[in-house]
Order: sequence, then structure tokens, then C-alpha cells
Amino acid sequence: MNRSFHKSQTLRFYDCSAVEVKSKFGAEFRRFSLDRQKPGKFEDFYKLVVHTHHISNTEVTIGYADVHGDLLPINNDDNFCKAVSSASPLLRVFIQKREEAEHCSFGVGSLSRRRRPLALREDGPRRRTHLHIGLPHDFRPVSSIIDVDILPETHRRVRLYRHGCQKPLGFYIRDGTSVRVAPQGLEKVPGIFISRMVPGGLAESTGLLAVDDEVLEVNGIEVAGKTLDQVTDMMIANSHNLIVTVKPANQRNNVVRGSRALGSSGRSSDSTASRHSLPAAHVLQNLPPDEMESDEEADVVLEGVLEPRLVPRPPPGSLARVNGAGLAPGLHSPGREGSVQRLLSSLRSDPRHSLALPPGGVEEHGPAVTL
Amino acid sequence: MRRFLRPGHDPARERLKRDLFQFNKTVEHGFPHQPSALGYSPSLRILAIGTRSGAIKLYGAPGVEFMGLHRENNAAVQIHFLPGQCRLVTLLDDNSLHLWSLKVKGGVSELQEDESFTLRGPPGAAPSATQITVVLPHSSCQLLYLGTESGSVFVVQLPAFRALEDRTISSEAVLQRLPEEVRHRRAFEMVEALQEHPRDPNQILIGYSRGLVVIWDLQGSCVLCHFLSSQQLENVCWQRDGHLIVSCHSDGGYCQWPVSSDTLQPEPPRSCVPYGPFPCKAITKIFWLTTKQGLPFTIFQGGMPRASYGDRHCISVVHNGQQTAFDFTSRVIDFTVLTEANPEAAFDDPYALVVLAEEELVVIDLQTAGWPPVQPPYLASLHCSAITCSHHVSNIPLKLWERIIAAGSRQNTHFSTMVGLAPAPPQPRARLAHELLRHLLQEWPINGGTSLAPAPPQRDLLLTGHEDGTVRFWDASGVCLRLLYKLSTVRVFLTDTDPNDSLNAQGEDEWPPLRKVGSFDPYSDDPRLGIQKIFLCKYSGYLAVAGTAGQVLVLELNDEEAEHAVEQVEADLLQDQEGYRWKGHERLCARPGPVHFEPGFQPFVLVQCQPPAVVTSLALHSEWRLVAFGTSHGFGLFDHQQRRQVFVKCTLHPNDQLALEGPLSRVKSLKKSLRQSFRRIRRSRVSSRKRRPAGPPGEVQEGRSRAERTGLQNVELAPVQRKIEARSAEDSFTGFVRTLYFADTYLRDSFRHCPSLWAGTNGGTVYAFALRVPPAERRMDEPVRAEQAKEIQLMHRAPVVGILVLDGHSVPLPEPLEVAHDLSKSPDMQGSHQLLVVSEEQFKVFALPGVSARLKLKLTALEGSRVRRVGAAHFGSCRAERYREHHLAVLTNLGDIQVVSLPLLKPQVRYSCIRREDVSGIASCVFTKHGQGFYLISPSEFERFSLSTKWLVEPRCLVDSAETKNHSRLCDRPGPEKASGRARNSGSQSDGEERRSGPVMEHALLNDERVLKEIQSTLEGDRGSCGDWRSQRAAVGVLLSCCGSVSSAR
Repeated sequence: MNRSFHKSQTLRFYDCSAVEVKSKFGAEFRRFSLDRQKPGKFEDFYKLVVHTHHISNTEVTIGYADVHGDLLPINNDDNFCKAVSSASPLLRVFIQKREEAEHCSFGVGSLSRRRRPLALREDGPRRRTHLHIGLPHDFRPVSSIIDVDILPETHRRVRLYRHGCQKPLGFYIRDGTSVRVAPQGLEKVPGIFISRMVPGGLAESTGLLAVDDEVLEVNGIEVAGKTLDQVTDMMIANSHNLIVTVKPANQRNNVVRGSRALGSSGRSSDSTASRHSLPAAHVLQNLPPDEMESDEEADVVLEGVLEPRLVPRPPPGSLARVNGAGLAPGLHSPGREGSVQRLLSSLRSDPRHSLALPPGGVEEHGPAVTL
Repeated sequence: MRRFLRPGHDPARERLKRDLFQFNKTVEHGFPHQPSALGYSPSLRILAIGTRSGAIKLYGAPGVEFMGLHRENNAAVQIHFLPGQCRLVTLLDDNSLHLWSLKVKGGVSELQEDESFTLRGPPGAAPSATQITVVLPHSSCQLLYLGTESGSVFVVQLPAFRALEDRTISSEAVLQRLPEEVRHRRAFEMVEALQEHPRDPNQILIGYSRGLVVIWDLQGSCVLCHFLSSQQLENVCWQRDGHLIVSCHSDGGYCQWPVSSDTLQPEPPRSCVPYGPFPCKAITKIFWLTTKQGLPFTIFQGGMPRASYGDRHCISVVHNGQQTAFDFTSRVIDFTVLTEANPEAAFDDPYALVVLAEEELVVIDLQTAGWPPVQPPYLASLHCSAITCSHHVSNIPLKLWERIIAAGSRQNTHFSTMVGLAPAPPQPRARLAHELLRHLLQEWPINGGTSLAPAPPQRDLLLTGHEDGTVRFWDASGVCLRLLYKLSTVRVFLTDTDPNDSLNAQGEDEWPPLRKVGSFDPYSDDPRLGIQKIFLCKYSGYLAVAGTAGQVLVLELNDEEAEHAVEQVEADLLQDQEGYRWKGHERLCARPGPVHFEPGFQPFVLVQCQPPAVVTSLALHSEWRLVAFGTSHGFGLFDHQQRRQVFVKCTLHPNDQLALEGPLSRVKSLKKSLRQSFRRIRRSRVSSRKRRPAGPPGEVQEGRSRAERTGLQNVELAPVQRKIEARSAEDSFTGFVRTLYFADTYLRDSFRHCPSLWAGTNGGTVYAFALRVPPAERRMDEPVRAEQAKEIQLMHRAPVVGILVLDGHSVPLPEPLEVAHDLSKSPDMQGSHQLLVVSEEQFKVFALPGVSARLKLKLTALEGSRVRRVGAAHFGSCRAERYREHHLAVLTNLGDIQVVSLPLLKPQVRYSCIRREDVSGIASCVFTKHGQGFYLISPSEFERFSLSTKWLVEPRCLVDSAETKNHSRLCDRPGPEKASGRARNSGSQSDGEERRSGPVMEHALLNDERVLKEIQSTLEGDRGSCGDWRSQRAAVGVLLSCCGSVSSAR
């Protein structure tokens, strides 16, 4: 484990234009290099891989580990280019037979998590088309506007997806007053507003939130009647998957729904301009509950075996794993490690610091990891 | 997650919840914050204290307490009981009068406000004309005389506060009826004193501040006598028989004026300045009290030499050539002297001096030679030194209880017992009980009313840690929070001042004869001595105490005094961390060599953390003889049997410079913020001054002030912002150890359970260590071993505030030694154990040993509130006798108290308890194991609350005016003993002699036939040796305590 770690470091400075590729198929490794500037076509790369691994008569899928530790597919020119250009310094390529790849999928956390097969999943007749279209779960979720169909047009529900991104959430909130339409006319009510954006932060870079947007809900809970500190605590408690419903200060960029949405959605049809009670928490149940849960944090559990007096830090022989996985008794021996473990462990910049896992890099139901 | 949003729809469960939970704030313990008035009713024998926030509190016999709150948030200035009645009148600083009464409802007295009234003068009169300075309730109870700043005395009729304008005694009316020679002097101004003639209700005395005192005949509307002094009048005392008036003055002197109806007194016959000849401060109140022996008591407040002792708060007592100036550590609000209540009696015979100081109530026994202080059974000054932490232990075994009381009574020898006791019996058991008895029987002179509250079902201890390094043990079983024992850790350390020095510094022949009284002492020699964490094992008598400078003391209860060296060990929590520089305080220096310890808890091991940061968590396991402690740098485990450190673990993040450097680096930012706030204040002051129309409104000035105003508005309008950012591993103080927990559970695998230590940090990390404790027979030979078994990083990284292991039945594991003492069922080791981790944001249940998440309750994500305190408690049903449920009691940062069920983590009930702004109140909260709790409502007061329907400690008392009307102290016996006997139910005991006993004991007695017989036999045996009735009482007490142990053993 440590050998590969050091090797990749020494190779880093040989040639800046060349990208070292470490390709793994089963238990075998092949190393070759590509030109960073001109990586070439995916077709050529596929042939090269098949050739170097002496794979014949079988279709394979090619994946790579991106900087966040996610296993992402290489199946067209674009993502091949992206893979090569973002490799730093080593491009780790994983090759699986198509049949085996059925059971394992790409995407966020796929290195460590068993994902439930979704209905969208492509079944047997996949070779009908030559065009490889990435499946929804093959993509990393990004921050987005959600629940457009059920919210009043004046409101916007934003999901800030912080996965694997080192960017800070990067915004501030403040107290303020907003004007509401009440039966007696306009009335002023206290509200919570976004007061500032941190340049380069997630909130700013997504462009979905803006200064002076009024915060109406945090993860399905209305903020009306709550203090600034309470709302702050709620947002921080949900920071791993923050869903904020806002009333944008700039109402010109609102999503305009077609008549279909207005007519068909029972919830929104009765929403008038003066109605400000949002479709409440149950709205979020539109998301598959599994989705909600799986996006939550999973606690990391380390199992230590050494005398702590001798080794104050988590000892190198200790096992790290995440919630939910039982430890296979024989897993202690390094020989039985799977590729996944090795990949994960090599991602650690500092193996001495046991907890500096990239956030989200290790998630629920993953196998054990040896440090 | 959503399932917790649904309200419970199960009607059976809702019904059960009503039987289990109920929120009550039951009683306030301690001393009222900022007292401002004192009242006393000699007939009811009830004391009243008013506060600056408008609360009035009444105290009678122990357990008899009432509290009322004025609707107005104004300070109570005066309190007057109507003579012989259960009614009292309060005067607030907004010049309003309020009539309160104690009414009996459902067998229990309640304090309620009946009427309120504001005196209105004639139209057009100045407000000062009706500003009340003195209130005199007339003995007829129909009239109230109100002296005012204008010099007029107004009369109002009770209870409706009807102003009787035709009976107003204006200063002009008095002036007209004075002889010519005094009429020319402006002798009036405000009324300073109003008194009724002790024997003749038709005469009242009016004292004006310029020095004129007149005796006014109410019937004839004429001046009977007048006295004129050259000094400003402060107060007046009318002697019992009405023949002598003593006036006190602003020059520090007092005068005696014999009253005789025919003669006029042009000059005072005798003027006395007790602390002259140099200028003295005013004597503000004086008592002149006669005794049977003949020599009077003179008791006065103030009058000290202005230059050298002008800053002292003194009350002097002069009697029979003896003079003592009692020197109080805080301002004296008011005082009164308890005397013979019967107005017909010939002599005052004062027996106690009751002084209400700003921070404590001091009672002095005037009958015992030397005038020793009496220890009050309530109104304890909790904040003698600031409270830094508290710890509650429920259901103390009787044996430990007696030993603590015995240790405490030996500390209180300087207190008056107010009742003489026979010498302690020789048998050790009986001697202990004797000490106990002395506490119980100590006669308390203010004993009106009857407490009807049931006897406390168990003995509870509340331990408070203080800034000066002391730990105080309070009896928290009942309504009266009462000091049992005080432990000082100072002796272990070398400090600048020796504690004995200050006591010896006072010379004998010094003048004035000052004597320090009271326990309030806010000055701490060394802030490092402060106690931060306490952990008491009630079964073994082991106590662990940890403080501000990283000191951890392990103490053992010893009934004998001892002299031994305290073993010192240093725990280096940083180990091989490099580049560290601690900028905080140094560690305390331990006293070398053997140290003398008085009986009680005696330290035998001192562990000092290095760096000496505040100890933030502490746990003691008396069965395994281990103590665990944690600071902001890490935690350690110490074997106090072998006196050996087992391990230390550094929890510090290497980048956490703030924690590395210690508290000083935080001061910088504090300084900065202080500077900013001062600037803001100054700016606002400057601009507000400018805004006032001071000078000619010039154009330039106008413009500038407007600019300033807008500038100020900008400053004020700069919105409070909150940054929204996820926690990261790089945050500061993540290594801060918040909680430590010992458990015997399945840590490694599900087949073998083993001792384990759990630690939770500020950064959301939980460390679990498997311990190997050698069996008892080899305990001294083999070392205790520990190895890290688990490390859990909560991904939300919120501080871990509680760790608990639930057994197979989802019941929290019992305390150490609880099972060994047969007081708890042994935990279920068959089913799978579960680990509960409470962070500030979430509750999470994990299955052991795999630590797989089972359940969670995301409190902060749902409500925006964060957990501040959490405690496991069991709740009994008020309907079903044996039904119990275990739940978590939780206090949030919003001041709400919630009950969260175990193990399903469903919120049960929620009550708002503390204001969310009251940060110190929230931080001081401590839960008991029975669903009660305490928190500080002021530096000196604990509010007691209860979440349980079954465990409720609240005052239930009866004050009956009919019974107490003719209730007076008889003269043939030394007062207090007699009086107390009548208030109590004179029980069914054999000898017919009056007795008093603690409620616990009383309960045991009446229910146990065998014990009664034992008492009788012992009584007979004792009677032979000493015939005094007091010793009989002692013997009863001895047996009372014995039978207490008998009944608890069964």
C-alpha cells in the first residue's frame, strides 16, 4: 500500500505533459502513459486498454477514480478528456467485464455503497444503441432547483449539494422584515434573509441563491417564528444536504410553469399570490425516502487494537470502516484487500491522520478499509 | 426522520404520558437575589423578605415558605405585617401599597394579593407630598398611617385602602399645636418615624427628619409631648412601657428622652455617641430593649467612625458592659430583634437578632454568652463563593448520610445550637446520631406555620462546587436546602494566603470591637482553585473533584481526623505533541509533606493535568477504583487503588492552535470586542448628549448632529449576521473532552462483556477503550490495562454531550456498586446492548458491539434547538404504583425541557422552563435521577423543578391566624424551645415532653411499633443517668436516627 503511495509521488515530477495511467483489471495492473494535452479518442483508448490487458472476446466498462474518490465512467470522448486532464498526478483506471459491471455501478459513493437498483436501470438489451448515455445515478448530484412543480412560482427550493466539494457553503443570513399580504392588507413580519455571499463559496458559485433572498424553509421546516440563531443552527445541522426554500429578491428569473403544471398539481392550483404557507414537509417526500436517508452523513467507526499507551494515534494496524458493515474476520490480512480498499487508502493524503477522510468519500455500507 | 413530526395519535399513550409527566417549578432554594426589605410578624413568627424585582418571600418553620410576586416589576421597599393577622402590607418604590394575605384553601395556606393602592394628594400637590416614607399599621388593624416626604401623615382604612382625608395629620396642624418657642424653627420636613404607643393605641409618635419628635393624641388631635434635638433624626425606638424614647441621629449618636406628659424637654438629657469622639456615620436604626435582669440591650445599625470604619456594614449590640460590632461582608438592608411577642409582658427579653444583609441572612443568638450566630435552616447563601458547578446524587444510603452530617456538625461548632444538648454518648453509633440530632433539634426561632408536606421519600444530596475551591454538600431532600458539610480543597495546595491568618488577625482589645459574621465571601484567593467537576459515589464514599488548573483530587470519607501526604501524579495529556506553548495559568503547587485533614472527605491522590487546562469532564468508577478526567487537550485514566496512571490520550487536532495556547489567546479577541463595545457605548453617549437641545440651535451644529445621528443609526442597523458553514475537522476546540462514561458492556464482540471507558469530544468524536481490571484478589498485583477498541466520528461533528449504554431491556446500565448493594436489578446481559450518543444536535442509538446506527433524532435539524444538558431519569406513574419508564430529560439552548423516550428516541413532552437569554441559568441546570432538576435563577438561588408527577418536592404549609393569635412566648422557660413545641403536632410519644424530629424520622417512627418500644426502653435507661429533659430529647433523637436505619435496611 505504502509502496504505491510513494511511487506516485516520485513520478509526479518526471514529465508534466505525460499522464501516468495505472490500469487495473481483476488483480492485474498495467502502467502506461498518455499525453495530457492530446489524449486522443475514446475509441483508441478503449483499444489500448483492451490490448494492454490482453482482454479478448468480452466487452468491458472503463471507470476512473476522480479527485473526490468517486468511480466515474469513461465511455465517450468527453469524459475521457476530463479524466485525463483532471488526473493528478496519476490516472487510476478500473476495468470490469460488462457482466460483472451489472452489479456494481458508477457514481457517488459507489466505491463504498451498495445502491438499490432503480427502476430507471437499463436492463438486458443495452447493446441496442451504440451511444452510451450515462445513467442518472452515474452522475454526481450537483446543487439544483428542486420541486419546481409543487411550489408557488414566487418561491424557489434550492438544494445545495456539498458532496465531495471542499468549497465552503459560503453565505450569511440576517434578520429582516418582509411584507406579507394579509386579510387586513399588507403587514410587516419578521423574516430571515441572506445577507452576504462568500466569494467562491458554494452558494455563490451555483448562482441559485442571492443576497436579500428571504429564507422560508430549511429542509422542509418552516422558519417562521424562529430566531436567527435557531435558523443558523438548523442550517448547520443540515449542512451536508441543505435544502433551502427562498423567496428570491429578484423575481424576474422565476421558472414559469406551463398550464399543465398549474392545472394538474392539486397543491399549487390553490396557491394564490397571497398564500404563503408552503406545501409543508410532506413535499420533500417526493424524493425517494431512501434518497433522503442515503444523503445523510454516516459516522466513521475505527476499530483499534493496539495498546494506546504505546501509540497515541490510531495505530496503523487498526481497521477503519463505516457504519453498517460487519467486519469479515479474515480481512485483517493485507493480501485479501479488494481494489476498492486500496484505492481508498491511497486517496488519503495523510494516512497517520485517521479522520481526514474526504467528506463523503466513505459512506454507508462500505467494506472495511485498512490503513 | 419524518416519523418524529407526526404527533402521537395513540390515545392510550397520551393518557399514560399525562400520568407520567407534569412540569412544575416547585420551590426556590437559597437566598433571594437583591433583597430590599425585611418584615417580621412576632405573632405569626414569620419572616418576610422583599426583593428589588418585586418578589416577596415568607419563611416560617422549616418547610413553611410562601412566595408572591407583584405585578409591577418594582422593588419592595417596606414590608409590614398587620399585628396579629395573616396579612401584610408592602410598599414598592413606585409609591404603591399592596395588601397581601395568607388564605387557607384546601387545607393549605396560599399567599395572594388582595388590594393595591397609590396615595393621591389633593389636586395640584407636588408628587413628593404623597411620597410615602414610613408606614405604620395600627394595632386595630383597621388603619394604616402613612408618613410622607411632605411631613404629612395620611390615614387609610384597610382592607379597601380607603383614604380618610379628614384624619390626615398635616405638619401645619402639628405646628399650630406646638408651643411658641419651637414654632419658629423649621423643624419638620419629611416624616422619618411613626410609632404607636406600646400600651395606648390612641397615641402615636411622629418623628420629623429635622429632629422634632412629637407624641400625637389621635382622639384629641393634640400634641402630648414634643422633643427637639439638634441633629437630623434617623429613627426612633419607643420602649416597651412607653416611658422612654430613644432617638438616633445622623451624627452617629442617640438620645434617650423620658416621656412624661407634663414636662417639656428643651435639651436632651443624655446624648451618646458610641464610637466618638471623631465624626461618625449616622445610626440609622436603634432598638432599646429591656430584660428581666435589668440591664437593657442597645442594638443599633451604623454609627461607625467615618474616617477609618465608614465603609463597614455594622450592627452593634451593647449589653451589660459587653459591646460587639457585628461586621457584615455585604450591605445591611434591614434588621429586627426577636423579642417577647406578648405585648402585656413586662420585659422585651430579646433572644435573637435577625439581620438581612445584601447577600445573606444572619441570625445571632442573644441568649447564649458570646452571641454566637445561628445557622438558619433555609435562606442558605449558596453563593458565599460563586457557584462553579453542581452535582446531584439521589437516594443516599443512610450510613453515608449520617457520616456526612457527623463530619459537618463538627465544622459548625461555632454556631449557636439555640438549644443545649447533653454531652455526646460514648457509643460510636449513638454519637453519630447525636450529631445528627443536634442538627435536627437545633432550635430555630422563626418557626411559624406548620409544614404539611409529606416526609421526603429519600435522602438527596446536592453538591455545589465553588470558585474558592470548596465543595458544599446540601440536603436537597425537602423544601429546605440546608448545608450539611463543607469540603475545602485548599489545604492540599500552597496558596498565597494561609486560610488561618485572617481569623487570627483580629486582636482582642481593638476598638471598635468588630466581629466578622456571615459566610458570604466573594473574594477568591486564587481562581485556579475553582471546582469544575464533582463526582460522588454514594455507596463507597469516594469522591472525585476536579478544578480550573487541571487538578483532579480523589477523596475518601474518613470519620477521624488524619494527617497524611497526598500522592501527586502528573498526567501529560499532550505527550509528544510538538510546537506547543501553553500561555494559560500555571498549575497549582501542591503542599509538600503530610497535611492535616479534619474528619470528612480527605484527599489521598492528586492528579495534575499538563497543560493545566480546566478539567471539562470527570467520571469515577468506585468498583473498579478508576477515575477518568478530560480537558481541552485529551483525557486520562487513573487507577486510584494502585495509584498508577493507566493511560492518557491526546485528542487535540494538530492545527488547533487556540486550544494549544490556552485561554490567554482568547482574551485577545475578548479585549478587541470589549474595546469595540466601549467605543459603541461612548459614541452613542456622545451623540445622545449632542441630540439634547443644549446650546443655540445653529445651522452647523444641526447638520453635524444629524450626520451623527445617521451614523449612529448605521451602527445600530448593521445587521447581525450569522455565517452558515458546516463544521470541519479544522475547527477549534474539537479535542475538548465533553463527557466520560464507564460501562460494562459488549465492546469487542457480542459474547464477552468487559469494562470500558467512553469519551466524547467537542468535535463529535467518541473514543471507546476496553479495560482489563484484575479481579479483586489480584487487584494490587496486576496493572489495569486499557486499549482503544473503537473510535466513532459523528459526521455532523457536533459536540458530544452525553454517552449512555442501555442493557438488553433498554434500561440504562446501573451505577457502579448499585447492584452489589442490592439496590438495583442487575442489568440484562443477555440481550444486545445499545449505545446512546447525545450530541448537541442529534440523539443516536447504535447497536453494540458493531456500532451500527439504529435510530436517531435530529433535534437541531427539526427545531433549531441544541442540547445543553441531558440526563437519564426514571419516571413513575402517579396511578400505577410500580410502573416506571426510563427516559432522557433534555434541556436545550432555548431553555426548553423535553423528555425523549428510551430507546426509541421519541419526543414525549416539552415545556418551556428558562428564558433563552438566561445563559447562566441554562448552563447551571442539573437533572436528578427522578425527573427533577435545579438551575440557578440568580447567583444565589436554585429553582427546583419537577417533570414527574410522582416526585414532587414543594412547600405545603398552613398558617392559621386563629391558632397563632394568642400564641406567645411564655416567660417561665427560656423562650424558643417552648414556642416550637406548640407549633408542632405534639406526637404520640411516651413521655409527653415536646419533641422535634426530622420528617424522615418522624415518618419511620410512627410506622414502626418495634422501634417505638426500643425508644421507650432506651429512654428509661437514659433517664437514670441524666435527669435533664434535654438529654431525654437527645435520647429520642438517637433512637430516631437508629430507627431510621432500621426501616431503611428492611
